[in-house]
Amino acid sequence: MDAIILQILNGLDKGSAYALIALGLTLIFGTLGVVNFAHGALFMIGAFCAVLLSRILSMSYTTIDETRTDFLGNPMQVNVPYAYDFFGEAAGQTIIEWAVPLAILFAIPIMILIGVAMERGLIKHFYKRPHADQILVTFGLAIVLQEIIKYYFGANPIPTPAPPAFTGSFDFGALLGFDANQILYPYWRLVYFIFAAIIIGAVFAFLQFTTFGMVVRAGMADRETVGLLGINIDKRFTIMFGLAAAVAGLAGVMYGPIYSPNYHMGMDFLVLSFVVVVVGGMGSLPGAVAAGFLLGILESFASMREVINIIPGINQIIIYLVAIIILLARPRGLMGRKGVMED
Amino acid sequence: MSDQSQTTGTIAPKAASRPGASGAAGRSRGTLGLAGKDFRLLLLVVALTMLAPFILNPFPQTSGLAQFNAGYPDLMQRFVIYGIFAIGFNILFGLTGYLSFGHAAFLGVGSYAAVWMFKLVGMNVLPAILLSVLCAGLFALLIGYITLRRSGIYFSILTLAFAQMCFALAYSVLTPLTGGETGLQLALDDPRILGTSQTASGNIPVPSLFGLEMRESVDLFVGGWAFTFNAGYYFCAIVLLLSFYTAIRIFRSPFGMMLRAIKSNQQRMRYTGLNPKPYALAAFVISGMYAGLAGGLMASMDPLAGAERMFWTASGEVVLMTILGGAGTLIGPVLGAGLIKYMENILSKINSDILHGWFAFMPDGLEDFVITVIYPFIGKGWHLTLGLMFMAVVIFLPGGLVEAGQRISRAVRGKKGHDTTDSKSEHAE
Amino acid sequence: MGILEVKDVGKRFGGLQALSDVNLSVRENTCHAIIGPNGAGKSTLLNCLVGKLIPDTGSVMFDGQSVLGRSPHEINQMGISRVFQTPEIFGDLSVMENILISLFAKRDGAFRMHAFESVADERGLQEEAERMLDEVNMLDKRQMHAASLSRGDKRRLEMAMCLVQKPKLLLLDEPTAGMARADTNNTIELLKEIKEKRNITIAIIEHDMHVVFSLADRITVLAQGTPLVEDVPQKIKGHPKVKEAYLGEAA
Repeated sequence: MDAIILQILNGLDKGSAYALIALGLTLIFGTLGVVNFAHGALFMIGAFCAVLLSRILSMSYTTIDETRTDFLGNPMQVNVPYAYDFFGEAAGQTIIEWAVPLAILFAIPIMILIGVAMERGLIKHFYKRPHADQILVTFGLAIVLQEIIKYYFGANPIPTPAPPAFTGSFDFGALLGFDANQILYPYWRLVYFIFAAIIIGAVFAFLQFTTFGMVVRAGMADRETVGLLGINIDKRFTIMFGLAAAVAGLAGVMYGPIYSPNYHMGMDFLVLSFVVVVVGGMGSLPGAVAAGFLLGILESFASMREVINIIPGINQIIIYLVAIIILLARPRGLMGRKGVMED
Repeated sequence: MSDQSQTTGTIAPKAASRPGASGAAGRSRGTLGLAGKDFRLLLLVVALTMLAPFILNPFPQTSGLAQFNAGYPDLMQRFVIYGIFAIGFNILFGLTGYLSFGHAAFLGVGSYAAVWMFKLVGMNVLPAILLSVLCAGLFALLIGYITLRRSGIYFSILTLAFAQMCFALAYSVLTPLTGGETGLQLALDDPRILGTSQTASGNIPVPSLFGLEMRESVDLFVGGWAFTFNAGYYFCAIVLLLSFYTAIRIFRSPFGMMLRAIKSNQQRMRYTGLNPKPYALAAFVISGMYAGLAGGLMASMDPLAGAERMFWTASGEVVLMTILGGAGTLIGPVLGAGLIKYMENILSKINSDILHGWFAFMPDGLEDFVITVIYPFIGKGWHLTLGLMFMAVVIFLPGGLVEAGQRISRAVRGKKGHDTTDSKSEHAE
Repeated sequence: MGILEVKDVGKRFGGLQALSDVNLSVRENTCHAIIGPNGAGKSTLLNCLVGKLIPDTGSVMFDGQSVLGRSPHEINQMGISRVFQTPEIFGDLSVMENILISLFAKRDGAFRMHAFESVADERGLQEEAERMLDEVNMLDKRQMHAASLSRGDKRRLEMAMCLVQKPKLLLLDEPTAGMARADTNNTIELLKEIKEKRNITIAIIEHDMHVVFSLADRITVLAQGTPLVEDVPQKIKGHPKVKEAYLGEAA
């Protein structure tokens, strides 16, 4: 029992990332009818926003500390972050340590800007082109974005630690009445899950309760009719694209402490997120979220030693396997609507 | 009624006597069953491949431009092998419009099959390649049967998922079969029942074609130039020519026409009494076999196979080649494969020293500036160039290099045509 | 016995009974029109005939065989060709190739792996295709991209693609919808020719009464998913039930 709970918990954070990326993907697909292969790159850029902010915050100058000496007996050179000067040493240190959560504020405008620029500059011209062209051009864009990041940040993963307050683990076992230390769950993963839940909730609320969201939902259902009503749907869809980019970016920002960002993480997650979208049903928002968590949890169950002993390698392929089975049994995915992307 | 039969009676000979009709019939009587235009295209590819050691080595060894030479065996082999891969991919994507993002899986299967043949049976490349094609074909049949139940974006994602699954399996669970992370390699104690486990000198034997070793080369020195003629390259080139010829035949066959019909309108196809599914599946299997052939050749040139050959980036690469050259055209994929492999090898070798050498004539500040601007696009950054080029092609030139060529030739000819009409009208006046 | 026998066909979509108790018999070598107000179930009925939909109840027999459960290409191979409301052609292919595909389908069946032969070698089929194009006055356009044809030509091409297969039954789904008067008249002439020259049975769904009364030998009036009356055109014209159905629509 405790093992099962542990695996469910383990699946939640990965599932959250899948769900957040898939949410944006399916939002863009549902509204704009575009298959965006560069969406993973947005996730990756989000993660690098955190890296960048943490670098900016820890920018420092070298000074000589007269009170201390190095091993040769000379006065020691120390690096002092500018943040110490601005905020004082204690507060400055805290700010540096909290770079990842702070990057949320930093990333939102950047991601929206990137998203809008992407839609206006490129995607817009591909609405009427075949899906294959959309795939190809966004695929090319993904390569370009990935290479730019690689050029500036290098090819190696960059560790981005969580704030010290969240470095420990939460003892779920004790909470649920099991033995202590049976179910340990890192605080940051818990934070990530809650964060993801909030964002997902916010996106749904936004679509459900605002006029803007209503128009977008109507547009997802029937683009032509909404266009006929004289509503400038294109402009709203641009904003939608920015929103989807921000969601993917935020998913990336917060994922840094779980998985050190590298330049190709976007593509790694994209492939899986596509599977998630397809399993959930193309264009279905609840489907994307449900399938994201479902596959995340399934993946973590498949990684259990007991399972691997029975079916070796199942953890590597479980997602694909499930996707293939679901697609063959329910071609529209779990919650796909009729008439969306059918031949 | 008699009146009507008379009308149809008069129509028939009229139609047959039209110049177009006899032209259509005449087209079919070309060499090797190819129409004149196609035959010329084949001849062009024959010339390009056979003379490649010359064409790709235009600069003398001593010249500063020698680094742009591509006429060494290893690279030339890759040109033609990827050419084959792209030709096959184009039969699926170019004709039916089904965009597979998992074709590297078949390449990988072909490579593994060939290496196993080298390990178990012997070092002759022919049986190895046959097994590669066969395995890849069977594998494509299985995957195609499942993935072709869906079309459009679903198909792309399903193929991608399958290929990634194969990659993950090859990398982990199937290690006994695939060598896992290190890849599948030959060993001194492999059985090789129809050959020898070791050579007399105690080495692993090398792949050969009935005794002709694939790595054998003849060098020709003419003045400052050095040309290398490599057995492996010529073997690959001949396979490419056969593949290309087969592709032409497929393109011009009723089957090829049906594949284009799939791309155009599946609904009409069904209501015309045709079942699109087996046609698409056949195209998928054929293109999978081409990929397997390429994989087998790869292993024949260098007898090892790794899981990374199945990674989705490898699948993306063949898509790139086909698009860049011109999807749906005959020569396009070959050109695209050549260009990308050339850029990968040449562009990625340029480093900042070489750049400094080139721009040394500029004033210092300007030199540094120019190099700073160019630097991200070369060397390790050549993928950036590739990505940008790819986007540019999709945006501005969906027909790829072939379309570019057509546009240029049309522009040139258009001008000429204009001139002649102008001169004619002048004469008239 | 008609060539097409529809018996007690019913079809339900969720809460909507689209068709109920449809009985219809199309006699060989006649033109049978199915008319009715919007939403009467005409298209649903047509889709049941060609294998796109499977009715919940009843049977559809064509030439003595049931078409139910067969896929569209099998039904076509049985001898039913369909012309769509908006012309469905192979836009990326040339006019000639469009016709050739029909001929290959007729000759080789639903699938044949003829990957190494050349289309250009099929002289017999080429000539047959050219003859067909000549008959619809499109021979000069045979090398054109089908997508670049005018709407009227697309319709003619689609018709030619169906006729060249020498179907036993030609199904027409509002062939003149959205057409200008002149085009409509051309289409009527074309269909009349087909009917007289080729011994092809025609079933036509049509809104335009002018078209219906110019062509049909028999008319079935469909309303709310059920046939109201079936009779010769002269009797349909003044039939009270028909008037009621159409007036009901107008009101």
